[in-house]
Amino acid sequence: MTGSSGLQLGSVVIVGASLAGLNAAEALRRAGFDGTVTLIGAEKHLPYDRPPLSKQVLAGDWTPDRVELTDHDELADLEVEARLGAAAQSLDLGARELTLVDGATVGFDGLIIATGARCRTLAAAEGLAGVHVLRSLDDCLVLRADFDASPQRVVVVGAGFIGAEVAATARRRGLQVTLVEALANPLSRVLGDEMGRVCAELHRDHGVDLRTGVGVADLVGEGRVRQVALTDGKTIEADVVVVGIGVTPSTEWLAGAGLDLADGVLCDESCAAAESVTAAGDVARWPNRLFGETMRVEHWDNAAQQGAHAARRLLDPGVGPFAPVPWFWSDQYDRKIQLAGRVRPDDEVRVVSGSLQERRFTAIYGRQGRITGVLGFNRPRQVMRYRTMIEQQAAFDEALAVAAEL
Amino acid sequence: MRIVVDFDLCESNAVCMNVAPDIFEVRDDDFLYILNETPDESDRTRVQQCVRRCPKQAISIAED
Repeated sequence: MTGSSGLQLGSVVIVGASLAGLNAAEALRRAGFDGTVTLIGAEKHLPYDRPPLSKQVLAGDWTPDRVELTDHDELADLEVEARLGAAAQSLDLGARELTLVDGATVGFDGLIIATGARCRTLAAAEGLAGVHVLRSLDDCLVLRADFDASPQRVVVVGAGFIGAEVAATARRRGLQVTLVEALANPLSRVLGDEMGRVCAELHRDHGVDLRTGVGVADLVGEGRVRQVALTDGKTIEADVVVVGIGVTPSTEWLAGAGLDLADGVLCDESCAAAESVTAAGDVARWPNRLFGETMRVEHWDNAAQQGAHAARRLLDPGVGPFAPVPWFWSDQYDRKIQLAGRVRPDDEVRVVSGSLQERRFTAIYGRQGRITGVLGFNRPRQVMRYRTMIEQQAAFDEALAVAAEL
Repeated sequence: MRIVVDFDLCESNAVCMNVAPDIFEVRDDDFLYILNETPDESDRTRVQQCVRRCPKQAISIAED
């Protein structure tokens, strides 16, 4: 394959066999790359889809095989060699070679970094059974087994999107749930206070014991967790604890490789991190020119799109900036919550259709006269409409005017 | 080219509508409607993009 600049790559190695990595592999072949493609994954599983892990799989509605994104036949058709259960340990950019944890070395001409992120947890969780995080399929199955045992009391720490979805799924399974959130309202640091209150009411109306403005001081138990001690001095009985307090980009293996690794792999506008090295997905930080901001985005849609972009950029340095409107969805109870754009809690927020009381509405966010984001509760059609306006950098007034027509 | 949507998988995220609003529409009832099941061959790239970007992998193309 010859890129427009005449760059010649014989082999591409993709580190990270999840959504971004798989999309990168597919995009390489779509672009006509006919060299070798190796997909290296730390987990033993073939690439799979993570969003159902906190919903359908955890609920017991889906068997785990339904989350598979591909199979051995498809990878063979793509001529992609998958090396699974083989985490990368170190990278030598000068030698253009990486080393896996089992000691094997893999050389490459081009490298795509898509190692994602791992969950943060609580120091007090060390050595205690019954304390979970949820990111991988294996995490999900261990947690599901604990849910299957009909625990008396589930405590979810952190009411971000993962915590909120786990709480919703646990309620659907008929479990008693306490949701502990350090902020005054769930997601208020993302969505602002007013929308955070809507999320709080959503949980409470579904029978969740939501405790806000309070942190976890300690996890108590001998061998297995028994209680969660809160910073306000109260304690909560717990048979199962799920910690959903965010993720850290998986860059340890890149230490010393000469890349900028402050909160992810720093890339340029086009997702290039170094000569013939690109990055994508949760692990990549890059300046998104649409927002004039360097960002790292942990959403499904970004992993898919950025994976493909990083692949095209690797083959062709002439491929331009990656400048999408970040977008994600979260299914909680009977609500589909979608957010597009890049909002700050102090942006102006206007509900442009529906009502907060019914929790079926569209709200748009604006700053400095421009639309910055859109939040929908069961309003997918309108979210997509406004997403396009955000992409077009429309004026906030113009977005408000459109609301009248929708 | 015929568009096939697995409505058991579709969650009405409306990504397809964003890519090809003349072919896919999520209406205010939150359901996806296919406006044109047999789009023109010139629409293939856009439809393939819908297939790839659907978060639920609910869209496929049948050749018949």
